[in-house]
Amino acid sequence: MEQYYGYFLYLLSLLTMGGIYAVLTLGLNVQWGFTGLFNAGIAGFFAVGAYVQAILTTPIYARHLGGYEWPIPLAMLAAMALSAVVGYGVAKICIRLRADYLAIATIGIAEIIRLVFKNEGWATNGPRGISQIPKAFEDLPQPWNTLAFVAMVLAIVMVIYLALERARTAPWGRVMTAIRENEAAAAAAGKNVERFRLESFVIGSALMGLGGALMAQYLKQIDPQVSDPLTATFLVFVMLIAGGSANNKGAILGAMLMWTVWSATEILTSRLPDEFAIRSAYVRIFLIGLILQFILQRRPQGILPERRPKPHPRLRGDRAPAANTGSTKQ
Amino acid sequence: MTCRRRFGEIMDATPILRVDNLVKRYGGLTAVDGASFEVRRGSITGLIGPNGAGKTTTFDIIAGAQPPTEGRITFEGNDITGLPTHELFHLGIVRSFQIPKEYGRLTVIENLMLVPPDQPGESVWATWFTPGRVRAREREVLELADEALDFLGLSHLREELAGNLSGGQKKLLELGRGMMTESKLVLLDEPGAGVNPTLMNKIIEMIRRLNAERGYTFCIVEHDMDLIARLCDPVIVLVEGKVLTEGPFSEVGNDPRVIDAYFGGAVSAAGPA
Ligand SMILES: Nc1ncnc2c1ncn2[C@@H]1O[C@H](COP(=O)(O)OP(=O)(O)OP(=O)(O)O)[C@@H](O)[C@H]1O
Ligand SMILES: [Mg+2]
Repeated sequence: MEQYYGYFLYLLSLLTMGGIYAVLTLGLNVQWGFTGLFNAGIAGFFAVGAYVQAILTTPIYARHLGGYEWPIPLAMLAAMALSAVVGYGVAKICIRLRADYLAIATIGIAEIIRLVFKNEGWATNGPRGISQIPKAFEDLPQPWNTLAFVAMVLAIVMVIYLALERARTAPWGRVMTAIRENEAAAAAAGKNVERFRLESFVIGSALMGLGGALMAQYLKQIDPQVSDPLTATFLVFVMLIAGGSANNKGAILGAMLMWTVWSATEILTSRLPDEFAIRSAYVRIFLIGLILQFILQRRPQGILPERRPKPHPRLRGDRAPAANTGSTKQ
Repeated sequence: MTCRRRFGEIMDATPILRVDNLVKRYGGLTAVDGASFEVRRGSITGLIGPNGAGKTTTFDIIAGAQPPTEGRITFEGNDITGLPTHELFHLGIVRSFQIPKEYGRLTVIENLMLVPPDQPGESVWATWFTPGRVRAREREVLELADEALDFLGLSHLREELAGNLSGGQKKLLELGRGMMTESKLVLLDEPGAGVNPTLMNKIIEMIRRLNAERGYTFCIVEHDMDLIARLCDPVIVLVEGKVLTEGPFSEVGNDPRVIDAYFGGAVSAAGPA
């Protein structure tokens, strides 16, 4: 019984982390999947969200900014908002760049953000980070607190999914895809390419900030390591590509699946003899890389490939009568 | 529509487009070298010239895809030099590309539905908070797109990904974009290239109808002299970035300077024959 309870809690932790990663992956899907923006600085936006959540909600502490004790939901909104603002600033400068240059620029910016959090000790407590971050529902008795938190994360994923799916299948998503497919032609069709790219980048950044805010709560403590490009940027890209770029269901599936794999490799590598254990991180990356290779060989479009919205019924002429329209219906 | 047509007839005398002393240099290479010409409202104007004469570059500059090094573009009396492409679209300038630029992973019908302006569903907020408005406009746009597809004869491919179309079908789709909005000036870059004779006749027919029924002004770059002869009046000849001559095709086509420009090497190599 005791053992099953352990498995149950492990399952919940997988769902929670998978859900948090799903928020990040959905954010990246807006940028890369829909619009083709190569944001290689996910870690930076994620860190902004995490730190905003931490600073706004923790009790007063001499070593870092804090003591505002905002309610958790409000802090989460603020985390999204600030990530969006940072995303707007970055996009204003970089959005005209071609894909590869945008990637380089965003890597650099994420690194700058990480260094700021590491070095501005008065605000962030430097490398030691911020602890005792309040977590939603933590006052409930175990296991209800864990369950409630999982439920909240999954509900957030669901809401984001529905919102993004609605937008993707609407003219908004059509414009984004057109820009991804051919920028010059989208401009020739009267679309303000720069504005749409900016919008896509900002929405994605806000979601990444939300992911950070959730992660800060879940871990209850953060330090500059949260913006490690390996776990924040690389892993999220792998999740999206494996799950299916431009497919919202694929993004969620990829996050859940790859997180499970990532987590399982930790169990494996922790059994390695000591001299390998220090290198375990690299072994895990190697395994993830291998899986990515395998998926790309077998299913280059990801597990769930991109799908256009349901066929538009013909309004005129031979076929379907006008009654059963609903092109937004997915 | 009728209003615009009548207005158009009154304005007939003033050109819809004026290109003044246009220059485009790429480093040491001068692609366009002081070209000046006018496009008459309601006309189907041809722009011909040998390979590398600067025709596509001229189109690119008119449509705002790149800025000129020197010169001025005037559209309906307003200076539009250097305006971005998407703003020119809303003024009524629509262009097609020499190499078709379809949105490969959108369906054929979506390729057309993308084009019309004033789509509330292009605002992400509207898709969430006023879906009714979005859906209503979406139906109008859908009807328009189906109408265009019927006209183009591509209806059977409406749910196909545009990337899977043949070269000629992609050319038709390029033309279709111009039908999805109230265009005033349509710039077509080699609409007949790589298209079989049957399709060619269809394209010619389409251009005629759009010109007559909707009052579109056309400016067409084309190497197929049959298409030029059947459609275009006047024809402007661009050689080495300069306008060599201009007039009805019957005159221009027999102008020795034009023949020389096209077959220059061959004629002079043949010597005094
Ligand atoms: N982006 C560019 N950079 C450098 N040179 C260019 C560029 N675009 C065009 N050119 C050069 O400018 C000249 C004119 O090119 P353009 O494409 O306008 O010719 P064109 O008249 O359309 O020819 P064609 O009939 O073969 O399509 C060519 O010599 C071409 O190599
Ligand atoms: Mg050309």
